[in-house]
Amino acid sequence: MSELTLMKGNEALAEAAIRAGCKCFFGYPITPQTEISAYLSKRMPKVGGVFLQAESEVAAINMVYGCAGSGIRCMTSSSSPGISLKTEGISYIAGADLPCVIINVQRGGPGLGGIQPSQADYWQVTRALGHGDFHVLVFAPSTVQEMADTVQKAFDLADKYRMPAVILADGLLGQMMEPVAFDEDAEIKMSDASNKPWAATGHKNQRKHNIINSLYLQAEELEEKVRKRFERYEQVKANETMAECYKTEDAEIVVAAYGSTARLAKSAVELARKEGIKAGVFRPITLWPYPVNELNEACKNAKKVLVTEMSMGQMVDDVKLALNCRIPVEFVGRTGGVIPSPAEILNKIKEMGGDK
Amino acid sequence: MPEFKRPHALCNVPLHYCPGCTHGIVHRLVAEVIDEMGIEGDTIGVCPVGCSVMAYDYFNCDMLEASHGRSPAVATGIKRANPDKFVFTYQGDGDLAAIGTAETVHAATRGENITVIFINNTTYGMTGGQMAPTTIPGQITQTTPYGRNINVEGFPVKVCEMLSQLDGVALAERVTVIDPKSIMNAKKAIRKGFEFQKNKQGFSIIEVLSTCPTNWGKTPIEAIQRLKDEMIPYYPLGVFKEGAVR
Repeated sequence: MSELTLMKGNEALAEAAIRAGCKCFFGYPITPQTEISAYLSKRMPKVGGVFLQAESEVAAINMVYGCAGSGIRCMTSSSSPGISLKTEGISYIAGADLPCVIINVQRGGPGLGGIQPSQADYWQVTRALGHGDFHVLVFAPSTVQEMADTVQKAFDLADKYRMPAVILADGLLGQMMEPVAFDEDAEIKMSDASNKPWAATGHKNQRKHNIINSLYLQAEELEEKVRKRFERYEQVKANETMAECYKTEDAEIVVAAYGSTARLAKSAVELARKEGIKAGVFRPITLWPYPVNELNEACKNAKKVLVTEMSMGQMVDDVKLALNCRIPVEFVGRTGGVIPSPAEILNKIKEMGGDK
Repeated sequence: MPEFKRPHALCNVPLHYCPGCTHGIVHRLVAEVIDEMGIEGDTIGVCPVGCSVMAYDYFNCDMLEASHGRSPAVATGIKRANPDKFVFTYQGDGDLAAIGTAETVHAATRGENITVIFINNTTYGMTGGQMAPTTIPGQITQTTPYGRNINVEGFPVKVCEMLSQLDGVALAERVTVIDPKSIMNAKKAIRKGFEFQKNKQGFSIIEVLSTCPTNWGKTPIEAIQRLKDEMIPYYPLGVFKEGAVR
């Protein structure tokens, strides 16, 4: 590994994308993700990649559809309102079984909302990032280093399962600077379509023509396609969940949080521990698939679970589902771009009976 | 004597188009050009939402099916990643000039090295004949039952005239396919479009005035007459812009 460099989360993610072989980036300016575009506009031409500023979010995601359909690793990034615009394209990408990476550096909503950090797009990304029956892989980094490290994983799993992968960050992670390390010895190698026999690359008169498509007019045929895709999702659920447990071994109160909020939850848990409260943090790194087993394991001694998010409480649904309502689940959070303080989380922990 | 046979770039399958529809002729011309240039193995096509939605089953080259109006963006994504491949889109008027106007205009103004085949039949064929952006004033459609009223629905979009104002456009030409002479001329225009692309000289669009007997409520012969009498006066044939942009 190299020496540490001080970088913004957005920049670290962008650099990591190049190192993951992302050959093409298509984006549209929106705060607070713009550094991703700015960084790649400088770097891509130097490494033989493509940076293109699209005329709209809709165009950008459709450029990704075309590029991914030709078997090339590609990415787009946006923030909440822009992601809403991309959802049509994401549905087509999922329906055509194409791999790609999509970044959402979340800001407050709904509507134009605000530009401060938020986690209010959880439902959207885990439940319905477009019309129809499908899922996307969702990763939630919580440090600048993890912003970088997650990108490689996202591209690899997107390719492996032929599905879109989303990195769900927020304005805090995107804008924050932290030391980050890259493997300086690793060669930067742009992806090609050589291991993607399904891709529309031009058949070179050597095979039948490939078709990238999501249209199936026979209901039974479409059902079969969707069923096959969901069989693949079962493999993803079985093999690809990721989570971090922090002091959960003896925890009577487990605080579940992802992304930036997980860091605040850790601070709150430290304060609670100082007061003799057995608290811990469960941090899902994959939000879809949700780390159900990991959560149950983390809660083996828990009497109560507290979910904290920068929203009105969205992940709290998945926590209740994962625990099958076996343990009482409560929520504390701020929304609209307000960042909860560790003290607010601590107060809730105490209120829940963790006060000895 | 040359033998008349199916171009290799056109799959040997029955097309679903209605009797008298000109899609089949245009498909054939595109396929003939691909054959003659010997580029089938290096060509990637993008088909739209509309009557030609299933063109991916008709062209023998690799194909992508785009969402409604997004073909030029999809083609851009393919072309930027694969600058040495031939990339074409095949779009109707609703797709290209209504829901996909932004994608069309911006691919054109970027001078994207792609070739756009644009079928203008002044109606939404697949959904049953609603008003299109190219529906002529006075034209009766399912959603303009009293005729297109310019005070209510406004005016049609003249795509070649509009795009010819953009610096990125190498070729904007309007043709038709209603008799042997016009068909030969349309093929020449399509070939020109692919040649501009081959030489990386900018965006090319070939607008083909086409018939839709089913939704116009006409026989194929009446439809051709309507095209001559009503469409060509409103949408004059010819080259609106031609020349390498880079």
